[in-house]
Amino acid sequence: MIRALLLALLTAALTACGDPRSHSQAVYVLVDTSGTYSQEAGKAQVIINYLLGTLQPGDSLAVARVESRSFSEKDIIAKATFDRRPSQANAQKRAFRDTTNGFVANVKQSRYTDITGGLLQGAEFLRETGAGTKTLIIFSDMQEELDKMTVRDFPIDLKQIRVVAINVVKLKTDNVDPRRYFGRLEAWQKRVQGAGASEWRVINDLERLDSIFGRT
Amino acid sequence: MTDAQVWMLWPENPALSLLVLALVAMVFLYAARRPVHELLSALGALIAGPLRIGARWLAATAAEMKQRNKAVLLEHGRQEVGSRVEREFERVAALVTRDLQGYPTLQRKLLDEITRIEEDYKKCGEMPPPPPDWVEAVAAVANIKTGGSEMVQGILEEIKRSVNRIHDKTLAEHRRAYESRHKILESFMPFWRSVDKTLTAVDQKLSGLQNGAAAVDAQMQKYEAIVAKTEKAEHTLTVSAFTQFAIALLVMVVAAGGAFINFKLIALPMSEMVGAGDYLTSSMRTSEVAALVIIFVEASMGLFVMEALRITHLFPRIASLGDQMRRRILWIALVLLVTLAGVEAALALMRDMLIADKQALLQSLATAPQPVAADGWVGHIPTAGQMLLGFILPFALAFIAIPLESLIHSTRTVGGVLFVALVDTAALVLRVLANVARRMARVLITLYDVAIVVPLLMDRMARAGLAAKRGTVDVEDSAWRRS
Repeated sequence: MIRALLLALLTAALTACGDPRSHSQAVYVLVDTSGTYSQEAGKAQVIINYLLGTLQPGDSLAVARVESRSFSEKDIIAKATFDRRPSQANAQKRAFRDTTNGFVANVKQSRYTDITGGLLQGAEFLRETGAGTKTLIIFSDMQEELDKMTVRDFPIDLKQIRVVAINVVKLKTDNVDPRRYFGRLEAWQKRVQGAGASEWRVINDLERLDSIFGRT
Repeated sequence: MTDAQVWMLWPENPALSLLVLALVAMVFLYAARRPVHELLSALGALIAGPLRIGARWLAATAAEMKQRNKAVLLEHGRQEVGSRVEREFERVAALVTRDLQGYPTLQRKLLDEITRIEEDYKKCGEMPPPPPDWVEAVAAVANIKTGGSEMVQGILEEIKRSVNRIHDKTLAEHRRAYESRHKILESFMPFWRSVDKTLTAVDQKLSGLQNGAAAVDAQMQKYEAIVAKTEKAEHTLTVSAFTQFAIALLVMVVAAGGAFINFKLIALPMSEMVGAGDYLTSSMRTSEVAALVIIFVEASMGLFVMEALRITHLFPRIASLGDQMRRRILWIALVLLVTLAGVEAALALMRDMLIADKQALLQSLATAPQPVAADGWVGHIPTAGQMLLGFILPFALAFIAIPLESLIHSTRTVGGVLFVALVDTAALVLRVLANVARRMARVLITLYDVAIVVPLLMDRMARAGLAAKRGTVDVEDSAWRRS
């Protein structure tokens, strides 16, 4: 009894020594595979490689595709929580890179674009990781197209998640009337911030990724 | 009427309003002159009093601390010089044991040689037998007149030949005797040299002993000065403590640099052991703390080694242990230190491997192919250097114990002196503030009087008139009395 009590006290003391906050990061990358945007998948690989080089042991990363209906675990191409030992984490990163390389090489076009479904799936994954910093990257033109059966017009929850739209290319119609492009981005900003996201950013220059993931 | 004109009696004439108000105020201020003066004086005393008390208390505290610092400094100096005197005595004792234990043999040898020289000298003193008495007989014979007699002539000739023969023989004997004495004298030489050499050796040994005695004398003089608690001894010890403090601090800074390099060597590979994602504080990883702990443990082991070797005396408990137990502690600390040094060397190698692995991963992730450095024997130099540093630095850190001891001992003196100076300064500041408060009260009183200068002048004039009137009455009274 006394031994158990001592053990409990020792465990409590050791636990009290540590910082209870999580310092790890979790990143969920959504890759749009619809229509002509599927040709941009090569750039997605650059982002994934950048993340693999930047994330530290203990961090989590997942890559998923945006399809006609994206709220499904089947759309997650690769996911990993890197080991706390650097050598193991490096091995995991190599395996992750090989998996995503295969996906990018054989990407299939989808008829519709369910970005909201991908956001819901990503938010679920990020919350489960329990990471201190949660980031959801959307690699898309942000043009959502849903079939008639798919229902996505309801409030979503993105609390404590920052959402970053990357490589939001302009469509042909945007070139005709740029207000469509800005209106689309504004609508997404309102929706994401309305869902409680901690931050909304748009980055079209891939060289500026450091501003998001550069650790202080 | 605006708010600014509220106080004006005649808003259309501010100057007149101001003048009337000033006159009214003067009357009231004059009436309240005595209580206001007393109030200002009391306020000055109220502020200055506690400040003066505080200054006095601080000065007394500083004096007391100075006395205490002096006592500690002298006691520490006494102990230090005492141990130095002890060491000097030990050196002299060793010198006496080493050099003078063979002194009886040396003395016997010297006496033998002197005896032999004396004997030889006596031999040299043995003169050849003196010439026989017949010399006088020869002289008498030489005076004999021959008178032309051939017989006498022949006898004399015979005597001359005999004498010449005897003379030659005697001369030859005399020469032989001298020759033998010269030989004896010549045989003196090695003995003289030996005696000279022996005496020189004795002289050198005695000089060494004399030097040792002089060193003991010098230390004893210091010791006596400290025991007598002279100002000079205190000053010397204080200056010495400041010098020790500066030197120890400098060495500690250098050692801290070494510890930092050591930390950099093992912090990354420690993440392989305790994990890279755990944090103890918001900015400090567990792996970094583990690396620091290893470095501190190494420094502690070094400290124990130095204590066990009796180089430092930070732990009286270790110093008072028996030789056997002390030797055990020395070996345990040394084995732990060597083990930790080995662990550090391995961690330094792992660090290199982890960095190479990370580099390879980044190269494979890069879109553009990056040039790969040629991996020859030159590429292994940094690895070997890191391992060597990882192994050597713990031993180098072990020597921190020596400057640390100096720093701890000298910090008591330096800190004490600085604290006394701080308290003295605070006392001075309080004294100055007390004076300022007192003077300020006087200045305010004078300013008050300046503000009511008109009624004051009138009062003075009235008093002067009254006094003059009293003076006239007094004069009339005295005249009346005289009449």
